[in-house]
Amino acid sequence: MTASTATTPMVELEGVHKWFGHNHVLRGIDLTVPAGTVAAVLGPSGSGKSTALRCINQLEELSGGRIRVDGELMGYREGTRRGQPTLFRLTDRQIAHQRAAIGMVFQRFNLFPHMTALGNVVEAQVRVLKRSKSEATERANALLDRVGLTDRAAHYPAQLSGGQQQRVAIARALAMDPELMLFDEPTSALDPELVGEVLAVMRDLAASGMTMVVVTHEIGFAREVADQVVFMADGVVVEHGAPADVLDNPREARTQDFLAHVL
Amino acid sequence: MPHRVDAVPVRHPGRWASAVVVLVLAAMAVNALITNDNFGWPTVGKYLFSEPVLRGVRWTLVLTVASMAIACVLALFLAVMRRSDNRVMRYVAWVYIWFFRGTPIYTQLIFWGLISVLYPKLSVGVPFGPELFHFTTAEVFTASRAAIIGLALNEAAYLAEIVRAGLSSVDTGQSEAARALGMHEGTILRRIVIPQAMRVVVPPAGNETISMLKTTSLVLAVPFTQDLNFATNAIGNRIFDPVPLLVVAALWYLAITSVLMVGQHYLERYYGRGFESHGGRRTNRQAAINAARTTPEATVFDDMGRPQGGAA
Repeated sequence: MTASTATTPMVELEGVHKWFGHNHVLRGIDLTVPAGTVAAVLGPSGSGKSTALRCINQLEELSGGRIRVDGELMGYREGTRRGQPTLFRLTDRQIAHQRAAIGMVFQRFNLFPHMTALGNVVEAQVRVLKRSKSEATERANALLDRVGLTDRAAHYPAQLSGGQQQRVAIARALAMDPELMLFDEPTSALDPELVGEVLAVMRDLAASGMTMVVVTHEIGFAREVADQVVFMADGVVVEHGAPADVLDNPREARTQDFLAHVL
Repeated sequence: MPHRVDAVPVRHPGRWASAVVVLVLAAMAVNALITNDNFGWPTVGKYLFSEPVLRGVRWTLVLTVASMAIACVLALFLAVMRRSDNRVMRYVAWVYIWFFRGTPIYTQLIFWGLISVLYPKLSVGVPFGPELFHFTTAEVFTASRAAIIGLALNEAAYLAEIVRAGLSSVDTGQSEAARALGMHEGTILRRIVIPQAMRVVVPPAGNETISMLKTTSLVLAVPFTQDLNFATNAIGNRIFDPVPLLVVAALWYLAITSVLMVGQHYLERYYGRGFESHGGRRTNRQAAINAARTTPEATVFDDMGRPQGGAA
């Protein structure tokens, strides 16, 4: 790890709880991701990995705890009411503004099917960042080039393979110049032979210094690229640390059990 | 083409026989229409492009287009209201749809015709408070306006349900992805959800438009007496020969419907972009995978999904 303790961490989860009705999905999550590092979140299905990720950019509203991104409290404003320190929920517009600086890549790609690959990458640049059409197109072409899809710009998502769609989705997120990228099982919906091309793009992105939180089942990727591996089960962080420690010498029984099944 | 299967295809004698039977029946029907003097084809020809009929066609088009346009805008508001987090909005939209679908259009049109009797003077102001301005109802609600408003308000209730179904048909992952990009709810609706919903909305909305074309003949209830159906009936009654004039009206409705169907075809094609293509989804995906050359020794398929000789 490269970041010093003096700098603000890029992501900071502090006692995060999430309830879905009577279902206690996150039971006090603490997580710190220094700027410029990659955190890989592993764990069995239903352990709350995706929910924790979706809380970071407020796609889910937390039930308890605090989340800060680059020092900024997500979803709330701290103020005072009648002399007491009080939290105020942000408006939809303010939350949208916070989200714009965080890129997210979904398991099911979620490309806009009625727009071409280029259109997908241009859209939010024009609508959210208010870039001119030509500026946004120029940036989109550069990003499609970066993910190796220069010749697929005019294709609609339905005309692309899963791996190509996911690379467009990454380009779409990068077009917003995010300071943080969230990946929610980005290769889980892909045919095995297409996983490699997406991981290659992500590896390249990590090497360029992007802060990334990656929920994944790709142990090899976690070992090779992550600075920190976080193992979650039943809504809590069971174990976290350097990949070599967590993956090769897990201390907790649940981690050992999980790794025995997937490796 | 190498490796092509050489086999005798299955014969389908039943297809040939049924096609012949249906064609003979169709020829009989056409013959029965043309050779029957009771239809008065010369009279049909005389009135088909006559001035009163053409004026009727114009009014029918105006009624259809104007009421559908108003209904579409209103329906979008109602559909969004029904999906709103705001309980009052949901209930108001529900009651509107309940009322306008639940009462006969004919009765509604009579009501709009009578509005200037029920409310001779309409005013806008604060409830139980001061009046801001007022107008004489009869001057604003002319027969044609009453007809258009009556048709539009009724149609909006039906279209609202179609639009709601369309909005619900769009995968929630779409608005989630847009939200993650920092887009505002209004922008998401306008740029992401509605364009995809249109693919589901256009076919039934086309149905509604064609239905509206013929529903305009009910504006007699207002009473509004300029539309195509009223015009042809009037002529038919005057010359004591109603059948040819019914044929005139039918031919015009059929012609306009045909034009509307062509328009619908192009609308469907526009909103279907990205959802289907000539080779079909599977072939395109396969082509994309092959082009990526990620699979070793991949067989290259042509546009029809047939394997091409040799490995890639």
